[in-house]
Parts: sequence; C-alpha cells; structure tokens
Amino acid sequence: MAKTFYGVELPNPLMLGTAQYPSPAILEEAFRESGAGVATVSLRREGAGGAGQTFWQMIADLDVLVLPNTAGCHTVKEAVTTAHMAREVFDTKWIKLELIGHTDSLQPDVFQLVEAARILSEDGFEVFPYTTEDLIVGERLLEAGCQVLMPWGAPIGSGRGLNNTYALRAMRAEFPDVPLVVDAGIGLPSHAAAAMELGFDAVLLNTAVAKAGDPVAMAKAMMGAVEAGQLACEADPIEARDMAEASTPVIGKAFLS
Amino acid sequence: MKIVLNGEAREVAATDLTGLLAECGFSGRVATSLNEEFVPAGLRAGQTLTDGDRVEVVAPMQGG
Repeated sequence: MAKTFYGVELPNPLMLGTAQYPSPAILEEAFRESGAGVATVSLRREGAGGAGQTFWQMIADLDVLVLPNTAGCHTVKEAVTTAHMAREVFDTKWIKLELIGHTDSLQPDVFQLVEAARILSEDGFEVFPYTTEDLIVGERLLEAGCQVLMPWGAPIGSGRGLNNTYALRAMRAEFPDVPLVVDAGIGLPSHAAAAMELGFDAVLLNTAVAKAGDPVAMAKAMMGAVEAGQLACEADPIEARDMAEASTPVIGKAFLS
Repeated sequence: MKIVLNGEAREVAATDLTGLLAECGFSGRVATSLNEEFVPAGLRAGQTLTDGDRVEVVAPMQGG
C-alpha cells in the first residue's frame, strides 16, 4: 500500500515544479497532460500588476496539491519566516523546507535544516525537508518531527540523475516506513525510474521538464517513468548477476549437430 | 512618511499595514513582513508604521 504524506495519499508519484517554463500556458499543459498531482510553488515580492494573483489562479484551477518552498533561504530565521508567510498565502501546513548552505552546489545546510524543521514542526507545520542522503541527518530530521525525507539525487538543476545510488538505497533500507522522495538533480526519465526502482515513494523535479525542448512531452515521459519504476519495484526485480543464464530451456532441444 | 517597500524607498500616507496595502494597490493572496518579522493578515490593521520601516509584500510565484 502506498505510504501517505502526512496522511495524504498522492494520486501518483510525480511532484512537479512550476518554475522556468517557456510560458504559463505550457506550464499548465505540462500538468494537465502528465497528471502530476503535486505542484511546488514559491513566494516572491508582489509587483504592482499583481502577477502573483494570476499565477495563483492558474495553480488553483489545476486542482493539485500545493507544496510551497523556502527556496533561496540561507538562515533558520529567513526560512521560518518564509514558511509562516507561505502557510498564510497558500493555506496549507505543507512546507518544502530548503536551507541552502553552499552557493555553487545549492547543497542543503543540514545543521540549520534540522533546527528549522524542529521549530516549524512544533508550530504545526508538516515539513518536507530537502536534505542530503546522510542517514544521521535523516534520523535527526525525523526526531525533529518530520514525517517525510527528501534527499537530493544531484544538485538542483544539474540533471545528473542519482549521484549516489548506494546511499539512497541505504536510506531506503534504514527508513522503511518513512515516505522518501528524491528531490532535485533528475535530468531524464530513466533517472526518475531508477529512483522509484530503489523503492522511493515519489520524485520531485522541475528543470528537467521545464527546460526540455518540449516540456509537455517530457512531463508525460516523467510520469511514465515514475509509474514504471514504482510498478517494477513492487514486482520484485531479479538480482543482477555477472554470468549468463540461459532463459530458453535446454531440455528438449533437438539434436542437430 | 518614508518606508522601504519590497526593497524600494517609498513616500506613503498610510499609517498601518492594512492602509499601506490598499494605498499601494495590493490585493488577493499576499503575506506581509515588517522589519523582517512576519505580520499575519489578522494583525495588519493594528500594525502601525513608523519612518524607516522595511515592509515586504510577497505573493504566490513559480517555484521548484
């Protein structure tokens, strides 16, 4: 049975970002055509023209689950304040907690992440922490009140796929009952499928779809990939082996030489 | 009074946050902060402004 995210069962394992699309119409079509059930969103300064309201109306019309982020935050205070603003604007307790620690890799600052996760969890937020694959950090985040972990596959926007499958597999084994999401670094559907084959519960991606030549087609490809990966995981794949093992029976083969 | 709104210096007549949002044409889903502290919607009316205050008004935006 599928794991729930703070009591909510996702319609499918694809969480899709809303940034960087060529146009709002293409963004909308990517969601409608792929059927992605979760949209990540952000908060930014509102302009005089009310651009934020137009965007919000489009997201609301999509009828998807909304996961606001704290993208770009570098301190606990900044992230906590942003989370409060997001809770009010988006009317949800869900928050994708990002605390950036390194400018080039956008690697999470896991020390501040744990601190902010504790503060927000105690305040009633349902925190989706963007973290590394470190098991001890994962443990601390769960102790802080998180009921979901979102390790990176690779740096945000890099499209490298799963940089450390060994560690992601270890994470899956260590936290068998915790909903796990590979967040960031996905470039291809095969990466997304690989994450699901490892037993992850969902994949969160943005750039791979938004910056593809045909974002709508890529969104559909990603959905196909996560669903295939999930089904494959449930189907109990065979173990890899070094030597061949004939699949066609030897018994009954005609003697012809 | 002079305040800084979303990073830009502004001369405004409003004396509280609710008045400021109306004066500057903000409506719909927005959240506010005053001097880097979150001000919930329900407290905006009672939040008086003083010279030099830094106000942020944010709204839904694309994100990953």
